[in-house]
Amino acid sequence: MSSGSTPPVTTNAHLGSPGRPVGRMPNAARRWLPGGRASVIGLPYAWLLVFFLLPFLILAKISVSEMETVVFKDLITYKDGLLQLTIKLGNYVFMTQDALYLKTYLASLQYASATTILCLLIGYPFAYFMARAKATVQPALLMLVMLPFWTSFLLRVYAWKGLLSEHGWVADLIIGTGLDQVMAAVGLISAPGKLMHTPFSLVLGMTYTYLPFMILPLYGNLAKMDLRLLEAAQDLGATPWVAFWKITVPLSKAGIIAGSMLVFIPCVGEFVIPELLGGPETLMIGRVLWDEFFSNNDWPMASSVAVVMILLIIVPLAVFNKYQAEAQETRR
Amino acid sequence: MKPSALNQGVARAWLGLGYAFLYLPIVALVLYSFNDSPIPNVWRGFTLKWYAALSQDREMLSGLWLSLQIAFLTATGSVVLGTLAAFALVKYKRFAGRTLFSGMVNAPLVMPEVVVGLSLLLMLVSVQRLLGFPERGMLTIWFGHLLLGMAYATVVIQARLQDLNPQLEEAAMDLGARPWQVFTLVTLPMIAQSLMSSWLLTFTLSLDDVVLSAFLSGPGSTTMPLVIFSRARLGLNPSVNAVATIIVFIIAIGVLVASWWIANAERRRAAELAAATRS
Repeated sequence: MSSGSTPPVTTNAHLGSPGRPVGRMPNAARRWLPGGRASVIGLPYAWLLVFFLLPFLILAKISVSEMETVVFKDLITYKDGLLQLTIKLGNYVFMTQDALYLKTYLASLQYASATTILCLLIGYPFAYFMARAKATVQPALLMLVMLPFWTSFLLRVYAWKGLLSEHGWVADLIIGTGLDQVMAAVGLISAPGKLMHTPFSLVLGMTYTYLPFMILPLYGNLAKMDLRLLEAAQDLGATPWVAFWKITVPLSKAGIIAGSMLVFIPCVGEFVIPELLGGPETLMIGRVLWDEFFSNNDWPMASSVAVVMILLIIVPLAVFNKYQAEAQETRR
Repeated sequence: MKPSALNQGVARAWLGLGYAFLYLPIVALVLYSFNDSPIPNVWRGFTLKWYAALSQDREMLSGLWLSLQIAFLTATGSVVLGTLAAFALVKYKRFAGRTLFSGMVNAPLVMPEVVVGLSLLLMLVSVQRLLGFPERGMLTIWFGHLLLGMAYATVVIQARLQDLNPQLEEAAMDLGARPWQVFTLVTLPMIAQSLMSSWLLTFTLSLDDVVLSAFLSGPGSTTMPLVIFSRARLGLNPSVNAVATIIVFIIAIGVLVASWWIANAERRRAAELAAATRS
């Protein structure tokens, strides 16, 4: 920090940030109003505790509660002079026994992984070519990636429904070139000529939606790279291909991780895309949770599904948070 | 290092195909909103009848009005909370629970919306049982959107705050400005662009949200995305294309105007800064 340049009047430096001068508020007012620092940190902190952390604790609690018509039984009851703790693990036991849940969880992870890999395969070269384009056109290229991101996600997913259903542009193109035969043989679609409500339409929709989330961190990373390193490698005899794999890719590791997490984590729990583009055989946990809640009205079961979903993404989430915090701390 | 013609060709083709992929659905959406045919995907001449029908569509219009109100409140609230959170993270490197705080700020960015929506709803229902409010409706949807919007606003504003030259604020303090004056006279004008872009971003996020709204809405509070989603679930619907076209154009104009304004402000500020430091 830059406390070296602050004037010596900062007698209360130990209370606030280094470099904060003594406030000139009258003493009485200062005693009654919360300090600037306290409210700057306290207000968003309190908001997040109440609206982000507390709901998760309640979710965890309800996932082990017994359902009674409308209300949930309290976990702790006072009966015959004894405190009783009733935890119903039935939902979790049920999930391990019912093959449907296990299959759905695995399928969600598979679809999310496939989407992440596809986004990386399309997005890495894309971001690379963007970052190596002329400096004058780069802002325009960046703007063009961001613009679809600003227009409604829901409507862009809906648009794919049109493109892939009968007589849609993309459907005509794929069927016209005979690609649908190949896809049906591989199992991406159930039968030639039918593209909607298949694993293909689902992964295509997710790849389309999340591609900008892969491109943007990769571009940010690749654009900052010191190109003299590549020149040095070339001077030392490396071919461009070798230099790319030995220098560019390892240096962009942080961007690859950030982009992959930004795609993978939301995809695991995605609901809107499987609902609009997926079919009966492309089950994903987001939809199962939705159905438990809205169709079966089984709130404890929906909560259990959510808790398991959180457990599935907690490792990628921790990786993402660590990367994000590091990137934010070391920017300057 | 001279890129060969082949390399350049590959780069152009890749970028071209990539942008085509990103924009194809939007083009199709807009084009088919003018299609004079009840059967989707079969072009049968130009018409504006879907737009005319839209003006009679009460469900969609009341949804739009509700969504606009929520989006305005969300964007405004997100910028306020996001500014505070970004300040806390950039200016105060040490305080109790800082790791938890920064984790909670970033988590909503990637957390699946079904989980956030469900847990927020369960909390609000528990509170309602205790205190008798809040009823599910506009207010509860706003809470959900604000949680998401704050995370995005914080990231945008934080990035800008970190790029600022701290010497400018220190100079103002040395010259006797109070903390509040330093903020309004020095810091605020310098981060104005990021406040503007995070306001726009959170506005569009809120205007687009289906999942949180579905969990948090009550009877009579159906937002526009919920109307669109319930129609899109059933199949292709030209009224959705017409709404989409209007939204795409409004947002495109909004983003272009805002980025023009931001670029101008940036240039002016750079010139002022150069003039101030020359002497």
